[in-house]
Amino acid sequence: MASGAARLADPPVSPRPGAPPLPVGLVAFVKRECPTCVFVEPVLRELAARTPLTVYSQDDPGFPAGVAVADDRELCVSWHHRIEAVPTLIRVEGGAEVARAVGWHRGDWEQLTGLSGLGPGLPELRPGCGSRSEDPDLAPKLAARFGAARLRSRRVALGPAEDEIEALFARGWSDGLPVVPPTEERVLAMLEGTTRDPQEIVAVVPPDLVHCSVEKLAINAVLAGCRPEFLPVVIAAVEAVCTDAFNMHGVLATTMPAGPVVIVNGPIRRAIGMGSGRNVFGQGNRANLAIGRALQLVVRNVGGGRPGEIDRATFGNPGKLAFCFAEDEEGSPWEPLAQALGAAPGANSVTVFAGEGPRCIVDQVSRDPESLARSFAGCLRALHHPKLVLAFDCLLAVGPEHARVFREAGWSRKQLLDRLGALLQIPGEELVRGAGGIAEGLPESVRGATLPKFRPGGLLLVHCGGEAGLFSAMIGGWAGGALGSQPVVREIRP
Amino acid sequence: MSATNETPARVVLDPTGERSPATRARLPRLASLAGRRIGLLDISKARGDVFLDRVESLLRARGAEVLRFRKPTFTKPAPVDLRQEIATRCEAVVEALAD
Repeated sequence: MASGAARLADPPVSPRPGAPPLPVGLVAFVKRECPTCVFVEPVLRELAARTPLTVYSQDDPGFPAGVAVADDRELCVSWHHRIEAVPTLIRVEGGAEVARAVGWHRGDWEQLTGLSGLGPGLPELRPGCGSRSEDPDLAPKLAARFGAARLRSRRVALGPAEDEIEALFARGWSDGLPVVPPTEERVLAMLEGTTRDPQEIVAVVPPDLVHCSVEKLAINAVLAGCRPEFLPVVIAAVEAVCTDAFNMHGVLATTMPAGPVVIVNGPIRRAIGMGSGRNVFGQGNRANLAIGRALQLVVRNVGGGRPGEIDRATFGNPGKLAFCFAEDEEGSPWEPLAQALGAAPGANSVTVFAGEGPRCIVDQVSRDPESLARSFAGCLRALHHPKLVLAFDCLLAVGPEHARVFREAGWSRKQLLDRLGALLQIPGEELVRGAGGIAEGLPESVRGATLPKFRPGGLLLVHCGGEAGLFSAMIGGWAGGALGSQPVVREIRP
Repeated sequence: MSATNETPARVVLDPTGERSPATRARLPRLASLAGRRIGLLDISKARGDVFLDRVESLLRARGAEVLRFRKPTFTKPAPVDLRQEIATRCEAVVEALAD
């Protein structure tokens, strides 16, 4: 496996936690099966004669000949020092790596060793081979063997006769679908998705108010089927829901059908393959579903929020398994949702909204923005109940074919929201108890007033959905505002 | 090398908060309401006050002293300060639902 010409690493590579210290002087990592290592064998002998040199061999302690060799067939030193290719030559001073050259490159080796005239007769450069510690079959096992000490969670041994999927159901760790067994290997691989320390506390998770570490979160991300690159999004989503403003305890405990809806903005959407187009709220996209599911599993397993216990939902909704999607920023007539809520332009961020399932708004005829806004207003008026106002927020997902109408008319996000606000001013006489022959409604005292359907900031716009279909969708909220749940934006950090 | 040949251990990591809930015995029931200080906690949900007003008059009729408390919002757990105040000042509490 060729791995490029020799390069001096800059800055020096930092070893994994618990790494055995490297001896002072020069340190080389080699394996006999690598032709470049065989090729530099005389250079290593030359170095050994001129300067303190330790050679770690990954496959044959008899190689290279004529040099004292340290046996690293267990790959402990290679793995801890993140050796990616062989030969790798490292200079160690004061117990720390200060320079590293990968492959054979005479200039780099001479610069690193401070010696000249190395390898006379050899060509200027030759790429190395992959380190055995990076072998795709070995790397996860090595991570588990050497890295597992970093993990603090309780180990649960499965019985020899237990089916591992059934065993996880039996322990109550599932949301109703099979979960991926969180082995040490998988959890350590998941933790590669973040630069954060596994023991860093991400959030205090309701309802049991448990301090949740990055490690616990990674375990649940494994259960949910996440890939490591999803983990930073899961972390940000957990941080966002575990705030007083979002009020995850209330969202969980309510009899209403709301759950956390996660909207992702920024370049990370594309980098991890999130869906924002066709079937955006549906099945089929691993990143969308696994991230949303991981968040819910954290609340269930770490926070202790289980249906029928603290979760008192009358109906719930299918999105309480997972409700996460990306905004279609590229096709949007407007700035991204997170930016509208205060995030920096271009930032990777999550927005969490306490929402129920989406329902469709059909208007296949309107081609001017006023007509379409009126369609939206008519549907939004009925949210949760046509006579209840100022109680619930709404996330309005504008589909691309509807968004085109506003783009062509030059309507900004604010213009559409202002127009909807004006169209959703409702006379109190239509809202009071008994009006329309309906007992539900507001106290008689509001009869003379005019009230808006939504509190200021209670209606959010997001652009997503497939390119065909003159539809939008509304996602009804739960008790909105400071007394219930407010949308929360969090930056996604690596 | 053993790293290649070992059988994968069937060990998984616990995804839960690993908490052992503390169980505490309930306080004994009050033998009588007369002269006792009873807290009524309104969770701030619609019409909870209607229910608690009636409970208060019934308690007073039985000779209890009644203190009224109110959560800032029904959607969130009662603040710690409020819980402490109730625990300090009352011998029993009625937490009312609503709707």
